[in-house]
Amino acid sequence: MTTVTVPAVKAEPTDAELMQWYRQMVLIRQFELRCAQSYQQQKIGGFCHLYVGQEAVAVGSIGAVRPDDYIITAYRDHGHAIARGMDIYPLFGELYGKRSGCSHGKGGSMHFFDAEKNFFGGHAIVGAHIPLAVGLGWAIKYRKQDRVALCYFGDGAINQGSFHEALNLAGLFKLPCIFLVENNGYGMGTHVHRASAVTDLKLRTADAYGIPGKDVDGMDCLAMYRMVRSAADYCRAGNGSIFLEVKTYRYRGHSMSDPQKYRTREEVAEFQKHDPIGRLEKILQEKRLLDDAKISAIADEIHREVEAAHEKADADPTPDLEDVWTDIYAQPFGPYR
Amino acid sequence: MPVIQMREALNQAMCEEMERDPDVFLMGEEVAEYDGAYKVSQGMLAKFGPMRVVDSPISECGFAGLGVGAAMVGMRPIIEFMTFSFSLVAFDQVVNNAPKVRHMSGGQLSVPIVFRGISGPGQQLGATHSWTVDAIYTHVPGLKVVIPSTPYDAKGLLKTAIRDNDPVIFLENESMYGNRGEVPEEEYLIEFGRADIKRPGTDCTVVGWGHTVLTAMAAAEELEKSHGINVEVIDLRTLRPMDLDSILTSVKKTGYCVTVEEGYPTCGVGAEIAAQVQQHCFDDLDNSVVRVAALDVPMPYSKPLLQHVVPGVERVAEAIKQAIYFQG
Repeated sequence: MTTVTVPAVKAEPTDAELMQWYRQMVLIRQFELRCAQSYQQQKIGGFCHLYVGQEAVAVGSIGAVRPDDYIITAYRDHGHAIARGMDIYPLFGELYGKRSGCSHGKGGSMHFFDAEKNFFGGHAIVGAHIPLAVGLGWAIKYRKQDRVALCYFGDGAINQGSFHEALNLAGLFKLPCIFLVENNGYGMGTHVHRASAVTDLKLRTADAYGIPGKDVDGMDCLAMYRMVRSAADYCRAGNGSIFLEVKTYRYRGHSMSDPQKYRTREEVAEFQKHDPIGRLEKILQEKRLLDDAKISAIADEIHREVEAAHEKADADPTPDLEDVWTDIYAQPFGPYR
Repeated sequence: MPVIQMREALNQAMCEEMERDPDVFLMGEEVAEYDGAYKVSQGMLAKFGPMRVVDSPISECGFAGLGVGAAMVGMRPIIEFMTFSFSLVAFDQVVNNAPKVRHMSGGQLSVPIVFRGISGPGQQLGATHSWTVDAIYTHVPGLKVVIPSTPYDAKGLLKTAIRDNDPVIFLENESMYGNRGEVPEEEYLIEFGRADIKRPGTDCTVVGWGHTVLTAMAAAEELEKSHGINVEVIDLRTLRPMDLDSILTSVKKTGYCVTVEEGYPTCGVGAEIAAQVQQHCFDDLDNSVVRVAALDVPMPYSKPLLQHVVPGVERVAEAIKQAIYFQG
């Protein structure tokens, strides 16, 4: 067994940061609930995977790194995009297939991107983006930059070959990558116990790839922040990569078309007792940063913000049909154009 | 003008581009300490060091994806597949990630990467190691596909590929690495989408790329010598983008067209060319387009069987005679 100590970080978030994260988590939740409605209204097509219940993972971890650190994720990407600071209007635009979308309506729910904010997607083949994260880490090391690459994926991804090839390379080349498996218990409808020979996921990379593994409560924003801060310090110091098993839970189905026959209502209700927004709310109330009136004022304000962005995007024009020929090559060419 | 081998021309192209751009690096199996499985990267580790000439584990999906990720932040990786038969292990990275990141991001990101290595039936390597992948990758929007037939073209095209802002599939051929040809010392680039008439002629247009240009040239020489048939050989050099204008201009002149490929006939590159030629030159054609391709079977090991499957000079010469109704 490889033993590596990852020192704990003392740095605590400021009150302003805590309040910002609270707002972000509420924003993600309301955004997702609006998406669920819009999906039912057939404003959103394709697959749509909601992040409800997992908000603390993206918010706490992205809150722990710097704006120039690289972020890449899988298809359940709405939460990460919002936590990274993407404006929700181009996200709605993307979901509604509009020209105003962050990818001009070519990507959809699973492919949010913001190059300027170092947010590299939004990738839909399970596990296929994990080697890309290793490439981001490679570029950081090659250019001797003080950066880390955060890579998110679900527990369904860790039995893909791409995961194992990627982690071997990251371990071999000692790249500054933080791999976060958001273990929400299910790869679509298959429980992790039915998919993984070793279900204590944090153990899977240390002996295999020399990448230390830790677990963290993904329903606790502060725990996420502390763990990722210390992981980022570890990576920045040139020690190589870290693997984090983030224990979380999604309240909604795998995607919008999931009847959820594989779990009980009681199981979902049990997890909702530890709701990440409720937990941060309690901390903020104890710190006297929030009271009931302020909670409802924030909720109303964010609701208005979400509705305004949704309405604006909904009214936007769809792309020109001629736009199918752009964004394929740096310079388009024939003969079929 | 210096006369050098194809592998030296490729080596020069990579070294020159690595000297001019610090973001270019080479990664692949055995490219560094072993000096390259086919010695294409010979001496490059000593010249550039282990961060820029990098041995990867046998992990095609992993290192192909690493290249795509690095390219997303502006690096210019050259990813060597020991053979493109092994690129199939990394197929998702090559066809799903490299050519679609620009599109899915609405043009926010580029993936300036080169995947290079050998493609083609090789020397009795059996069914899994003998892939000719040109049609497979030419099928994919977002990729460019390059396939040189001479040392001169190899160098100019590879330098262009490394500077290109899109993902490029660069197909080499094991049997051609030792082929020699003139390569100038001064720098030059060869633009994509420009075919080269390797042999002008008036009686029949023969379209080849990569190794089949050599087969077509040999067939043309033989027909000239034995029957006075004057064949025009067009080397496409890049399959995507494809220089259809050069093909169509030639067919309008000769009235006949033969395509030669080492891949399979079903949905092959020749099938695409035939469709384009019949669409644009219908009234100029004096016969249907004749396709020469590998027989539609997995590549066998046994030498006579393999030689029967892969089109050789004799089969091409016969196809040309058939195409122009030659009775001789």
